[in-house]
Amino acid sequence: MAKISKPKSAPAIDMTPMVDLAFLLVTFFMLSANFRTDEVVQVDTPSSISEMTMPENVVLITVDQGGRVYFGVSGKEEAKQNLLKRMSEKYKIPFSPEQIATFGSLTDFGCTIQEMPAFLNMTGDERKRFVSEGKTMAIPTDSTNNQLKDWINFGNMEMLAVGEKAYFEAKDRGLEPNINEFKPKFVLKVDSKAEYLYAKKVIETFRDLKLSNLNFITSLEADPRKAQ
Amino acid sequence: MAQIQDTGGQDHKGGKKRPKRGIPTVDMTPMVDLAFLLLTFFVMTSTFSKPKVMSLVYPAKPEPGQENKNSEINNAVTFLLSEDRIFYYQEMFYPEGNDKGKPATQLEETDFSPQGVRKLLTNLNRFVLEKKAGYDQELKRGQIADSTYLRLVREAKGDNAALKVLIKTDDMATCGNFIDLIDELKIADIGVIAPVDITADELKLVKAKTDK
Repeated sequence: MAKISKPKSAPAIDMTPMVDLAFLLVTFFMLSANFRTDEVVQVDTPSSISEMTMPENVVLITVDQGGRVYFGVSGKEEAKQNLLKRMSEKYKIPFSPEQIATFGSLTDFGCTIQEMPAFLNMTGDERKRFVSEGKTMAIPTDSTNNQLKDWINFGNMEMLAVGEKAYFEAKDRGLEPNINEFKPKFVLKVDSKAEYLYAKKVIETFRDLKLSNLNFITSLEADPRKAQ
Repeated sequence: MAQIQDTGGQDHKGGKKRPKRGIPTVDMTPMVDLAFLLLTFFVMTSTFSKPKVMSLVYPAKPEPGQENKNSEINNAVTFLLSEDRIFYYQEMFYPEGNDKGKPATQLEETDFSPQGVRKLLTNLNRFVLEKKAGYDQELKRGQIADSTYLRLVREAKGDNAALKVLIKTDDMATCGNFIDLIDELKIADIGVIAPVDITADELKLVKAKTDK
């Protein structure tokens, strides 16, 4: 008769495979994570069947439900800082080096250039409240005081400069880059409840600058042609 | 709980007998806890898909002094958007009592449902859609290459017989209405889309319809 050996301790489960898997997943999610950027406003975008993904180098204009306009550029801090310096020259508003550094870290903003120094002195939460509580009219787009036009124009110039550099670097490495991939794209993020009137002002501003190829951010919906 | 089990591996060569030590165990529980905590965090915060965009090319602004002189457009339909409502008329706009002796343009109303604007566009743009369906078949049978297919579809869309769409909005229209309409136009393979300014006469007609 075989002796029944009594277990001395609690039954051990080998957790190694589970840990392996957990860490594999952690690594995967860490590397693929594309963090939600801290945007100033929440916008409910309309839906479309377009499957084009958002391009890399963008000038992003947001129009919120109330028709207020926000501006943002993707890319390096340096380009953003140069952009602010250009605006500062044009509007004769001085900025301290700290303020310029803060501006480089913003993803987007919505205030007039006159409010900008105070806006940059705020903390992140204060900035959000400043916008959400309607203390600012955001970026003016009127024909008499079209600050958006300058932001787009200078933003485009800075991004073109950065893109050109990247293009020649890619060329030096022996690649055959497509120049169009390095040019900034113009993206509009409009709230579906916003009146088209406000979006139109932004669009007209782009057209005034001879930038007529625009992209609208939309959420994906099923294509009825494929369902058949 | 968690233990690393030491499976054999004892060396008995040389006859040296080591005193049997306890199997080294590492408690993995905290590590597992941490791993899953991180996993949960990254799963929650990561946004996988990049946002989708819909491209739209606006017509260039005419140079001052070069405004086009209201040229005749064949096969055009004009959509007029107001708050969640959509009106349209075909061909050119003729105001009341125009000098060409045409009857005044009347607006017709449709809606954003598949039975509304989509059906209308499918009917009006039959020329392109039928051509495209033919090319689709040829592509499936391998008679034409991908690049040829794209070129043919582009040509069909740019053809004189293809439908051209003008979009006009009044002050009440929302961006959602606008994008929805553009979306429908893309579904119906409309090649020429032009968002243009509404005229005073058209605005009057829309007002008459919406003020009821």
